[in-house]
Amino acid sequence: MFSFVIRRILQALLVLLVVGLVAFAMFNFIGDPIDNMLGQERTQEDVDRLKERLGLDQPFVVQYAKFLLAAAQGNFGVSYEQGRPVADILAERAPATLELAAVSGVFALTLGIVLGVFTAIRRDGFWANVIMTLSLVGVSLPTFLIGILLIYLFSVELDWLPSFGRGDTVQIGGWSTGLLTTSGLTALILPSITLGLYQMTLIMRLVRSEMLEVMRQDYIRFARARGLSERTVTFRHALKNTMVPVITVTGLQLGSLIAFAIITESVFQWPGMGLLFINAIQFVDIPVMAAYLMMISVMFVAINLIVDILYVAVDPRLRT
Amino acid sequence: MIEAIKHAPGRIKRALDSDFFWKFRRSPVAVISFAATFLLVMSALFAPLLATMNPFDPASLNLMNGFTPPVTPSAFTGETFLMGADDQGRDVFSTILYGMRISLFVGFAAVTLGLLIGVTLGLISGYFGGWTDTIIMRIADVQLTFPSILVAMLIFGVAKGFTPPEYRDQLAIWVLILSIGLSDWVQFARVVRGATMVEKNKEYVQAARLIGRGAMPIIFRHILPNVLSPVLVIATISLALAIIAEATLSFLGVGAPPTQPSLGTLIRIGQGYLFSGEWWILFFPSVTLLALALSVNLLGDWLRDALNPKLR
Amino acid sequence: MALLNIRDLTVEFPTRRKVFKAVNAACLTVEPGEIHGLVGESGAGKSTIGAAVMGLLERPGHITGGTIAYREDEISGLDDEAMRKLRGRKISMIFQDPLTSLNPLFTIRQQLTETIIANLKVGKVDADARALALLQRVDIPDPETRLDQYPHQFSGGMRQRVVIALALCSEPEVIIADEPTTALDVAVQAQILELIRDLAVERQVGVILITHDMGVIADTTDRVTVMYDGSVVESGPTAQVLGQPEHDYTKSLIAAVPRPNRKVHRFPQVSYGGRMTSFAIEEIAKGWPVREAPEGALVSVAGVTKRFAEKGGLLPWQRRHFKAVDDVSFDIVPGEVFGVVGESGSGKSTIARVISGLYRADGGNIYFDGRLVSEPSDKEAIRAFRQDIQMIFQDPYSSLNPRMRVDDIVAEPIKHHGLLSGHAAKLRVGELLEQVGLGADAAAKYPHEFSGGQRQRISIARALATQPKFLICDEPTSALDVSIQAQILNILKDLQEHLGLTMLFISHDLPVVRQMCDRVAVMKQGRIVELQETEALFSDAKENYTRELLSLMPRMSDVSDEVQLPDY
Repeated sequence: MFSFVIRRILQALLVLLVVGLVAFAMFNFIGDPIDNMLGQERTQEDVDRLKERLGLDQPFVVQYAKFLLAAAQGNFGVSYEQGRPVADILAERAPATLELAAVSGVFALTLGIVLGVFTAIRRDGFWANVIMTLSLVGVSLPTFLIGILLIYLFSVELDWLPSFGRGDTVQIGGWSTGLLTTSGLTALILPSITLGLYQMTLIMRLVRSEMLEVMRQDYIRFARARGLSERTVTFRHALKNTMVPVITVTGLQLGSLIAFAIITESVFQWPGMGLLFINAIQFVDIPVMAAYLMMISVMFVAINLIVDILYVAVDPRLRT
Repeated sequence: MIEAIKHAPGRIKRALDSDFFWKFRRSPVAVISFAATFLLVMSALFAPLLATMNPFDPASLNLMNGFTPPVTPSAFTGETFLMGADDQGRDVFSTILYGMRISLFVGFAAVTLGLLIGVTLGLISGYFGGWTDTIIMRIADVQLTFPSILVAMLIFGVAKGFTPPEYRDQLAIWVLILSIGLSDWVQFARVVRGATMVEKNKEYVQAARLIGRGAMPIIFRHILPNVLSPVLVIATISLALAIIAEATLSFLGVGAPPTQPSLGTLIRIGQGYLFSGEWWILFFPSVTLLALALSVNLLGDWLRDALNPKLR
Repeated sequence: MALLNIRDLTVEFPTRRKVFKAVNAACLTVEPGEIHGLVGESGAGKSTIGAAVMGLLERPGHITGGTIAYREDEISGLDDEAMRKLRGRKISMIFQDPLTSLNPLFTIRQQLTETIIANLKVGKVDADARALALLQRVDIPDPETRLDQYPHQFSGGMRQRVVIALALCSEPEVIIADEPTTALDVAVQAQILELIRDLAVERQVGVILITHDMGVIADTTDRVTVMYDGSVVESGPTAQVLGQPEHDYTKSLIAAVPRPNRKVHRFPQVSYGGRMTSFAIEEIAKGWPVREAPEGALVSVAGVTKRFAEKGGLLPWQRRHFKAVDDVSFDIVPGEVFGVVGESGSGKSTIARVISGLYRADGGNIYFDGRLVSEPSDKEAIRAFRQDIQMIFQDPYSSLNPRMRVDDIVAEPIKHHGLLSGHAAKLRVGELLEQVGLGADAAAKYPHEFSGGQRQRISIARALATQPKFLICDEPTSALDVSIQAQILNILKDLQEHLGLTMLFISHDLPVVRQMCDRVAVMKQGRIVELQETEALFSDAKENYTRELLSLMPRMSDVSDEVQLPDY
């Protein structure tokens, strides 16, 4: 158990080092930073001076270490496009994305598990079949189409809900939240459904197939043969065993909510990190791309670590 | 003796008589989704014959036709368009056909790339184990930590940084294929590795080793044919995912260029006119994209059930 | 009044091409305190009867005729809810694989108490006390501690004891045990069977014991019902059925069982239902090259050790190894059949794989025909060695590549060693398939079109393709039915006698070893405990461990030695 967690933490650090290397390489090899900062009118002297100031004349490893050190302290340099420190821009944008991801995560998880269990037990029932067919439509609908569809229905045709932006926000310390105002909450509805729907269908389908797989196991047949009630068999024996693989995949899915937020934010003009990232790609704003990458990977790695530890908590076989 | 061999039923007859084909014929979902996929692929393939104009050719466009609604003649030129015309006077129907070509081409090419890389690395990793396996699977783990759409975007962004601005539009399609393909190999590698590890311990592989067969003949002649059915399932589902990924990237403006619109680009253009009432620019490409993704997904879903007897 | 009374039960599985009758008008009764054996070969429908009684038939199977009565009550037509009340409370079941029968995520206590509470409607404290008593009853040492452990912390035999305890939770009157000891070692098997026997008498429970093993039937059951192809062919008191079998199928089945107490030259073959297949040994012998036997040993194993890494350990040097084979040495002389026996985990299969070169030894050397073959340096020696040895594997379902045609499978060694090519190779393959009794039209088929016994013949054809000197048989018949086993063993005997093949014969089945081998090595935990001439070993074993193993062989005292085989 102990060695398992240690190994996982080492692995997480390795992931971060690799991602850091990718981010650092982006800085160094894509579009000469000197070009970006000095413009056309320059002398060799200017170039050399800047190189020295930026530390570009030092060996690769030293530069990499410095980069990691700076990144660990939250210093990602200055945005090419906006000319402001990247860390500030990200800090300003993060709350919007995190609130969106959290709300849609809760939505996807609860509905996904409930529907997954339902469709597994009522395997051949009418509603289970309807849900399964709809879920395939859900998997085939690109996130942005869901967003557009919802906007068309609820904003254009019915005019019930806002089609873009976060509504009014309240500033609490450095965090701007939309959860405390009515307009903030109504603005959250469509984007979080858009973001959560695809994940929800995935989780649902996964829970269903894992549950069906578990229901075929000998220990479920034996539990039935011992005269346990169908409820005990389904909700106690089958569900707990279903959760073991579901936890792993779901963890990854929830992590990817933050990344998929890029699309949702773009459709709803949601002022979060995703929108920032998309703009950065279009303008080849390397510092922003690199910082976003680093930040998101820290989140992913943290989520994965939590998932691994949860996994051990559920499955006694991993504890010894 | 030799006659007996000749009398054995041929491959095609065997295939038609197989349980697999029997299951296929008995499943309306499978037949319909296969027919739909086939129809869409064919109409994309023969787009130049079906389309009324070449939307990629600026010379054939007439701006006066802009925003003509479906099946009503244009107020200025009197031309009629089955699915209307877009902001630049392109026939939406023709643009969809040509756009689908790009979507499908990118989809197929990206899946092929991902499949080749993934299957090869998965076979090697699963068969040899040890350090080779550790390195390949660590890389896969790291990449799997990130959703493939993000990986594709990053590769796209990085590639964009490398290519000089004047070539960007021309290379955009290839960059798309590369980024989606490279973001996709992990699924193949993981499944093939798992299957290979099961197969390599089976006694028929040991029998081949006992004869003295080398690693490569064993991997490609013995193991590969036995791990292909999950690969087929993943490839089908990946195709749907790749089409969606391409549409998403193009929709976000980081994919196919506006001069060569794919379905995603068309939807991006259409979204801008959603509030002003020109619904057809958005509607028809969206329906086509959904039909394409849905029929491929249905096919993949059915394949998984048909090839996995455990879940029956 | 019988506890359980099955009358004319018919179960059908509709499939694509036809409706498959898994059980055809079967009758069976069970009395309190009686163990009723249900025996038959694979596909005979014996497990289906068990599942039908429990109402746990796998879809699309369903009962199409007959009745199942518990005491006076007809139960085969009951709905799910009523069936559930009966299940567990009155009728309970034990499955074959103790590994998969227990839920891995719950402690033994949790699984026991929930079953007790669900069936007996008692309180938590009472249930706990009953759980403890049950574990004690099934002889699990230190039950207080064991109660709070998870299934993976138990060994296979202990797990099956837990499964039995679980089946007893509800104080049932009938227990259906479906191959309860097949997955276990002989020693554990004997203990579990004894436990079931004791419990049946002590609690006056009626037991249906489903098995393919005549030895288990002979030593454990009071009555026996023999099934063939879905139908009951004979039923009666065990001593009578095994001693004076009446039906032809029963007769040939009993005749085919290898006897622990005497050596026969050839196995009587089961000929019921036209399953005899020829084997043209004379033909094969005609084309076989006459080789001069080498002086001394053909195969020489000198101090061989093989280690495997165990799981765990963060750093390489923290990983533990266990020795699967530990400093083993023996010689195999030309023309003999050398047997290796032992329980699972004794290292007997590992040593076969080390000799064949599938595993590399961590220490020691292997010599074949006087040349060192355990080091890859001598390329020519290795190549010749590969051509001269062949292997027959245990599992006929995994030893043939399912995606290759039979002719490609048999031709592979011929082509790889460059013996023949093109048309000549094709002719040779057809000839081989003809000789092993499959016919040349087998060439264009795929392995899944054949039965287990036929597949094992394909394996033999492949093994003979390079005309080897040495054949390794790794449990070649343990996955086969008794009747097929007799055929395959006879073929192996023919090969040894007519071709002078030298063989290494690995098995856990002592009666089979007695029939097949000239000399036997007994292995335990990676080491050879005793090495003797076969007859000497069986009559006068020197080591305690060997004597213990021998004492665990089914005695089959009821079984008639002189079965009159029907003429055909």
